Amino acid sequence: MTPENRSAYWKANLNLLTTLLIIWFVVSYGFGILLVDVLNTIQIGGYKLGFWFAQQGSIYTFLILIFVYAVRMGQLDRKFDVHED
Amino acid sequence: MEQSTLIYLVVGATFLIYIGIALWAKAATTGEFYVAGKGVHPIANGMATAADWMSAASFISMAGLIAFNGYGASVFLMGWTGGYVLLAMLLAPYLRKFGKFTVPEFIGDRFYSRTARIVAVICLILASITYVIGQMKGIGVAFSRFLETSYEMGLYTGMGIVFVYAVLGGMKGITYTQIAQYVVLIFAYTVPAVFISLHITGNPVPQLGLGSTMADGTYMLDKLDQVVTELGFHEYTTQVMGSSLNMFVYTLSLMIGTAGLPHVIIRFFTVPRVADARASAGWALVFIAILYTTAPAVGAMARLNLMETIQIGPVGTEEGNLRYDERPEWFKKWETTGLLQFEDKNGDGRIQYYNDKNPAFAAKAESYGWKGNEMVKVDRDIMVLANPEIANLPGWVVALVVAGGLAAALSTAAGLLLAISSSISHDLLKGVFTPGISEKAELMASRIAMAGAILVAGYLGLHPPGFAAGTVAIAFGLAASSIFPVLMMGIFYKRMNRAGAIWGMIAGIGVTLLYVFQHKGIFFIPGTAFLGDLPKDWFFGISPNAFGAVGAVVNFAVAFLVSKITSPPPEHIQHLVEEIRVPKGAEAAPAH
Repeated sequence: MTPENRSAYWKANLNLLTTLLIIWFVVSYGFGILLVDVLNTIQIGGYKLGFWFAQQGSIYTFLILIFVYAVRMGQLDRKFDVHED
Repeated sequence: MEQSTLIYLVVGATFLIYIGIALWAKAATTGEFYVAGKGVHPIANGMATAADWMSAASFISMAGLIAFNGYGASVFLMGWTGGYVLLAMLLAPYLRKFGKFTVPEFIGDRFYSRTARIVAVICLILASITYVIGQMKGIGVAFSRFLETSYEMGLYTGMGIVFVYAVLGGMKGITYTQIAQYVVLIFAYTVPAVFISLHITGNPVPQLGLGSTMADGTYMLDKLDQVVTELGFHEYTTQVMGSSLNMFVYTLSLMIGTAGLPHVIIRFFTVPRVADARASAGWALVFIAILYTTAPAVGAMARLNLMETIQIGPVGTEEGNLRYDERPEWFKKWETTGLLQFEDKNGDGRIQYYNDKNPAFAAKAESYGWKGNEMVKVDRDIMVLANPEIANLPGWVVALVVAGGLAAALSTAAGLLLAISSSISHDLLKGVFTPGISEKAELMASRIAMAGAILVAGYLGLHPPGFAAGTVAIAFGLAASSIFPVLMMGIFYKRMNRAGAIWGMIAGIGVTLLYVFQHKGIFFIPGTAFLGDLPKDWFFGISPNAFGAVGAVVNFAVAFLVSKITSPPPEHIQHLVEEIRVPKGAEAAPAH
């Protein structure tokens, strides 16, 4: 593996995880804590939206984030030919 | 059949299963003892990680905290799940590629230093022991109810069982037993939740039931808000824990603590490939999320049930309060454990349960002839265990919940004890002090270390520094402030060197320990705290349980500054970092 390839792979990885971690932060700390009062003015079913994000929505989001990361990294591994057999 | 007989039967049956599996998979070599020969499928590994992870704090304590803290308890829900995102993206795949047994081993190699390794071992032991204290509290509660005895007796019994259990098998035994334990605990958690949700809202899915309407057409959460505010408590769905800042820091501390706890990280050493380490974190979270998304429903419904059991009619009328001699069976049973206490302050033979700390409501209460809150002790940790009885569920469900609580506490205690014992025998003895130690002696040393850890944790568990979940939160703070930052910098910052890592860990855990001890007592021994433990005593209102995030920031900052003014790491270490960043070439099963 050439050094250029290696650093391109690493950069692609960092870009991906930065994007995903921004979502991670916005949903949990943003919607669940900092903006909770604003979102609580919206009601969905019996849930206030801010409360729902804090106790339900953030957890579902975390799950999606991890699987997106696993799949996208799998694609990157193959693209740069660094995957295991 | 008698309730207690049923509990004995169900708990006994599950124990036979665990012990059977442990004997069947009895660890042979040290390699298997620690990491199960690196051949565990990601889904199986995810399930075992979930059992390992969901402890007494999650199973027994968390829903109780949610019940009494409402929205404020979201810090536990987000904090104990969000960490898996960090783990999957920032640590697990790289540590798997590195391919060693223990976390201190990575730190020792990456920072080319025995000192760094020893410091890591000490941090790890402090965090793990604190964590085990939390488990002991949970085990004590579960056994005291199960045997209908005092909390202390329950704790001693639990210590004995953990000892036999953890010393018998190693990781391999533990991996397969933990899968069995996961099944028991998730079944035990969701079955009563489904029953209760169905009963209260008519919706069998607790996650949806929480947002549904009740028989009278009002939303369950609105009803709960109303019931609690009528008795002077804070509105359930908006009650914050301390302040927004405290909740932010608390959540952060639990998340990075999750990604820094050795007994969780070590799990990702056991998957076959690097790609599996990423997926495995996702699978672990799937199995965890089943419980964590159910818990808010359990908490809210338990609170509603508890309030309505005691406040049976309109607030302020005489018939509105339950007569003490008509109290239900579960009430009496929990009174014998000392974890639930009633005191008839106004001598009317009825139970008044309200918030007497709320000055506005206290005045109103006086006009009703109430002389203070009479439920003088309602230990939050009993809520999950008492919940099925409060909801009048069949006896076998109650028995199942006790078995589930014990499964959760035992599986985590065993995983932690393994992390403690392997760091002492593998990192300290074999790695540093007596490299020539035989495999047999290493195994023996690790068992002695386990026994020692159980005794220390059991002793400190007699006077735990908080509820099971609160105590566990402190353990996360310690892991967050010491292990996570150096692991992350070891992978993502090539320039990070020996001095930076060592001083970062010492500064991070030092600040956190100082803060926790000054408010909670030195090593949590009662009476040794030199500052109070109330929100007004806290730094910017940040509770000691949440302080690990601040410690982690200190760790990052100190490590960065120190590494800037000292010489960069040698060439071969920079190479090593390059190598762990790509999956290719991961060894299948490194021989140790």
